[in-house]
Amino acid sequence: MPLLEPLRALSRERQRFLGREDQTDPFGVPVGAVRSATEAQVDGHSVVMAGTNNYLGLTFDPDCVAAAKEALDDAGTGTTGSRMANGSYAYHLDLEAELADFFGRRSAIVFSAGYLANLGMIGALVRKGDVAMIDADCHASIYDGCALSGADILRFRHSDPDSLERRLDRLGERAASTLIIVEGIYSMLGDRAPLAEIVALKKRYGCYLMVDEAHSLGVLGEGGRGLAEEVGVEEDVDFIVGTFSKSLGGAGGFCVSDHAELELVRFASRAYIFTASPPPSVVASTRAALHILRTRPELRTRLWENARHLYCRLREIGYELGPEVSPVIAASFDAPEEALSFWRRLVEHGVYVNLVLPPATPDGRSLVRCSVSAAHTTEQVDRICEAFAALRNE
Amino acid sequence: MANIDEILERLFDHLRELAPPGVVLDEETDLIGTLGLESITVINMVLEIEDEYDISVPLNELSDVRTAGELARLVHRLTKET
Repeated sequence: MPLLEPLRALSRERQRFLGREDQTDPFGVPVGAVRSATEAQVDGHSVVMAGTNNYLGLTFDPDCVAAAKEALDDAGTGTTGSRMANGSYAYHLDLEAELADFFGRRSAIVFSAGYLANLGMIGALVRKGDVAMIDADCHASIYDGCALSGADILRFRHSDPDSLERRLDRLGERAASTLIIVEGIYSMLGDRAPLAEIVALKKRYGCYLMVDEAHSLGVLGEGGRGLAEEVGVEEDVDFIVGTFSKSLGGAGGFCVSDHAELELVRFASRAYIFTASPPPSVVASTRAALHILRTRPELRTRLWENARHLYCRLREIGYELGPEVSPVIAASFDAPEEALSFWRRLVEHGVYVNLVLPPATPDGRSLVRCSVSAAHTTEQVDRICEAFAALRNE
Repeated sequence: MANIDEILERLFDHLRELAPPGVVLDEETDLIGTLGLESITVINMVLEIEDEYDISVPLNELSDVRTAGELARLVHRLTKET
C-alpha cells in the first residue's frame, strides 16, 4: 500500500462523516475570544465552555496568571532542555517538593505532559517479561505506555474486580512482576474505579498498583488528592500519576510515590529524558494552582454542586448518562452521526462540549461529553440544561 | 482441552454476532478487513474468549492476529500453556 494511502483513507472517512466543508468540524474547531474559564467564541457563537476539564476553573485565576507572568520575566519563555541537562530549574524542583508534600509521599517527579507521565512511568516500571494489567477503559496514554514497555499487556473488564481476580489468579508467580493500572475517574463516563476492591486484590496477589488521578485530582477526597484519598487507601497505592492540565489549569504531568526507586526513574525514563522540561511560567502557574487547590476547598464544593445540578437535570430530561454523579457528564447516543448533529446544534444553542466517538468510547457508544467547572455560575449551568432540553424537544 | 476446530467454531459463534449479515466465515476470514470490525471490538471479544477458556491473551500477541484461524491457533496455544 502506498505510504500515504492510510492517511488519504482517513481523509475520505472524515469527509464522509463530517459532510459539507462549511459545517463545523468538532475535532479541530477554532476556539477564539476566550474571555474566562467558561466563556469563549466557537464557530462564531458565544458559548458556555462545558467541555474543558477545567474542573476548578483556575485558568484565569489572578494568582495563577500573576505567577506565570512573574516567571516569564524571571526565567524566560522556555528551558530549551531536558531535566537531565539544563532543564531542571528551581521552579521544577520546588513543584516536585510541593507535590510530594501535598500527597504525603517520599518524592515526586514532574513530566512535560500528563501523557508523558504515563509513558515515562509505565516504561520505567515494567519491561519484557513483566505484566501490565490494565482496566479495559484506561486512557490511550496508558495503552501506549504499556505498548512501548514491551511488557505483556493484559486487560480486565472495566471496573470489574472479579475479572481482575481471575486474571491475577492465572498469573501465578508472575503476579510479583505485575503492575495493575486503573484511573481515579474514567474520562469518558465519569465513573470511579472500585479502588478498595482493587487494593485488596493487589495486596493478596503481591502486585504493584498505579492509579491515574488525572480527572480526580482536585475533584475527589477531602484534601483534593483524588480517589485514593477518598477511599482511604493512599498507603496501598504504589504510584499516583496525574496531570496539571485539568484541575490545575496548566500543562504537564507528575508521579508521586513512597518507593525510593522513583528517583531512579529520572535515569530510566525516555519520556522524562528525551524532551524539554515544562516552561517556568507553566510550572509557576501550576504551583499557584496547587496552593489554591490546597487552601480553597470551597471550589471543590462548588464543583460538586454544579455537577449534581447538571447531572440530575439531564437525567430528568431523559438523557442516558454515566452511572454516577461526576464532573464528567456524558450523554450517550446510538450513532455517531446523531451525536455529531446534536453537538453542532448545541454550539448553535451557545454550549460547547466534547464529541467523542468509537473506538475511543466504551461499548461503541457515541458521547456528547460535558465537563463541569467550579467556575460555572448557576446561570451558566442552567443555560447548558436549557440547551439540552431544547434539543430533546426538537 | 478444546482442539483448534472446536475453538474456531466457538470463535465463529462470537463473530456471527458482530459480523454483517450473510458473511460466510472461515479460517481465512480477516477480522478487520473482511468483517470490518474495529480493533477494539476484536479485543473486547477476546475478553469473552479469555474467560471461556480460562486463559489470558496478551494484547501484544493479539496485534499480530489478522484472521479467525490465527486467533484460534493463538487461543489453542495459550490453553496448552496454561
